[in-house]
Amino acid sequence: MSDSDTVVKAEGLSKIYRLGIKKQASDSLASAMAGFLRSPLRNYRKYRSLYRFDDVSDTTNGSNADDIIWALRDVSFEVRQGEVLGIVGRNGAGKSTLLKILTRITPPTRGRAEIRGRVSSLLEVGTGFHQELTGRENVYLNGTILGMTKAEVDRKFDEIVAFSGVERFLDTPVKRYSSGMSVRLAFAVAAHLEPEILIVDEVLAVGDTEFQKKCINKMQDVSRHGRTVLFVSHNMPAVSALCSRAILMSGGAVAMDGSTHDVVSAYLNSDSGVPSAREWINLPEAPGRSVARLRSVRAVGRDGRAVESVDIGEEVGIEMTIDVLLAGRKLLPHYWFYNEEGAVMFAALNQDPAWYDREFPVGRIVTTAWLPGNLLAAGRIFVTAALITRHPDISQFDEPQVIAFGVRDNMGAGTARGDWAGDMPGVIRPLLKWDTEVAAGVAAGEPARQRS
Amino acid sequence: MRATGDDIPVTTIEPATGFETIDIAELRRYRDLFYFLVLRDIKVLYAQTILGFAWAILNPAVQIILFAVVFGAVANIPTDGIPYVLFSTVAIIPWTYMSEAMIQSSQSLVTGQHMLGKVYFPRIIFPLTPVLAKLLDFAISLLLLIGIMVYYGVAPSWNLLWLPVLVVFMMCIPAGFGLWLSALAIRFRDVKFAMPFVMRMLIYTAPILYTASSVPDQYRFWYSLNPIVGVVEGFRAALLGSPMPWEFIVPGAVTGVLMVVAGAIYFRRMERVFVDVI
Repeated sequence: MSDSDTVVKAEGLSKIYRLGIKKQASDSLASAMAGFLRSPLRNYRKYRSLYRFDDVSDTTNGSNADDIIWALRDVSFEVRQGEVLGIVGRNGAGKSTLLKILTRITPPTRGRAEIRGRVSSLLEVGTGFHQELTGRENVYLNGTILGMTKAEVDRKFDEIVAFSGVERFLDTPVKRYSSGMSVRLAFAVAAHLEPEILIVDEVLAVGDTEFQKKCINKMQDVSRHGRTVLFVSHNMPAVSALCSRAILMSGGAVAMDGSTHDVVSAYLNSDSGVPSAREWINLPEAPGRSVARLRSVRAVGRDGRAVESVDIGEEVGIEMTIDVLLAGRKLLPHYWFYNEEGAVMFAALNQDPAWYDREFPVGRIVTTAWLPGNLLAAGRIFVTAALITRHPDISQFDEPQVIAFGVRDNMGAGTARGDWAGDMPGVIRPLLKWDTEVAAGVAAGEPARQRS
Repeated sequence: MRATGDDIPVTTIEPATGFETIDIAELRRYRDLFYFLVLRDIKVLYAQTILGFAWAILNPAVQIILFAVVFGAVANIPTDGIPYVLFSTVAIIPWTYMSEAMIQSSQSLVTGQHMLGKVYFPRIIFPLTPVLAKLLDFAISLLLLIGIMVYYGVAPSWNLLWLPVLVVFMMCIPAGFGLWLSALAIRFRDVKFAMPFVMRMLIYTAPILYTASSVPDQYRFWYSLNPIVGVVEGFRAALLGSPMPWEFIVPGAVTGVLMVVAGAIYFRRMERVFVDVI
């Protein structure tokens, strides 16, 4: 490697997958029979084509492009010794594929990477654990699978066992362990690897907060010892806190490489495939039915201009434009708001007293729901726009997660965070009114009276 | 990987192209993993059974009895004057090893696929593990063989010295077969369904239940290319003291070694796509 400080150097890594070839429909019994007889040959060609990409050029857009997926496209970056690099991106952005290539689980279709030092990843925890083997046997098996030699496991065996806390059950088959015990033992083995480069894929470690915490601790420990960490996460505060530099991946490519702060805010405002405004120019294509059609939805700022994202303390409006085609119906426009995890945060129905439960004339409606500042947590908010006609309730349109906008975290005055730089969990982040009474000079032992 | 001056390994990750053979240096680094996987196979095999390792004797014993009744007593197959039980036992013992190692080896990647997607190690360890692990069963079943030989009063001859060479030759067969079939099986699950009848056919392609001398002369050479023939005839001669059948062993050994080498090349070629086609 040219630079002695560089421990990971990726150059033009690409990975292509083929989705599989579309099945040709048979329209007669005879052709179905013929197809059945030919199917072994076709299946063979199909499986063969799954890993042959000689025909794929760099700019493939032609006829065979639709069954090809570039899981990774021309990814280049370098990581220096001791750096903690965050890798962020939406699901399907190529993060996991990149990790699989760097850990040599699957080779790239194109490009190359050089890695100086042993790589181990915390996504391998428990790999190869066998239920019938004892704890002791599994420590050795798992340790060697993760790349240790028997001598290394011997040396660290006592430490591993002490760390796992399952000393008493070492000679019991793992199938008799509780799931917690077996995870502890598995993690103990992984934690005693001493890789030069540690890969933590927090995205894969979902579900178990205990485990996630352990991963983070291990990571901090490793980086303190001057080793290199690649950290894949959806947890932006964790990325911000732990990483000095980050990469934003999108559509299999590196969309941004820079300081964690810049990358995290780009991620939060990034194109998630959902725009912050949608418009239907032609009426026949607009969602809706005989009574009304949706012509546009957008996120707007206080001044009525379309916005991609707002500061956490700022008001944001969700505006929809509806063409009413039939007069005399009672219309109820409404929104559902989702967070990035896809959880519904709340719904909002149009309660405008001027129009609630009234009949609308033919024409164009522009209606905006205003979300106050200091309500939503930082992140990306997805909006479903819908309209029903009342009595009976009939849906005219219901466009799921049609737009999205970003809520930017900041440490400004007048926000719920203030100048606190630490973790702020929660689905919403309201700024509450706090009352605190202090009785100065109260002697020790006498409890300070607090307002209840 | 190559070691640099300060002993930090540098790995180069590139698209694999062309032919590759086994990376012996890498395999050496992973020898402990190989050892523990063999140990796992052995320990797990008879876990939670009542008879345990007795199965290693019971399996071939039942086959021997069955064949002795059907082919020895009923069909009365000529055996060059050797008692049928003795005649078939010396062949069934290595055959049992070969067939079980072949079956296990061919399925090794499919059964271990959850590991393939999670961590890197030389994949070639997988199909080779049963080749070693099954040797224990083989060693145990030798007790049965010795018992039968003692019963029929067979005195060991100098030919017995060839036995270790024959064992290595015998191991080449499941190794070569397993390298090919395991790489095929992970892509085409058809292999699993074809294995039972392939095994049933293979047993008739070798002189396990009949003598090699009953094969017409003009087909001898083609017959001898089947490495199983060489192993079985070799075992028979080594154990029963008849002249060593080099005319079967040498061509069989050549095909056996070719199978292993070609299998390793094919395996390495397919190795790149294992994870993508699971």
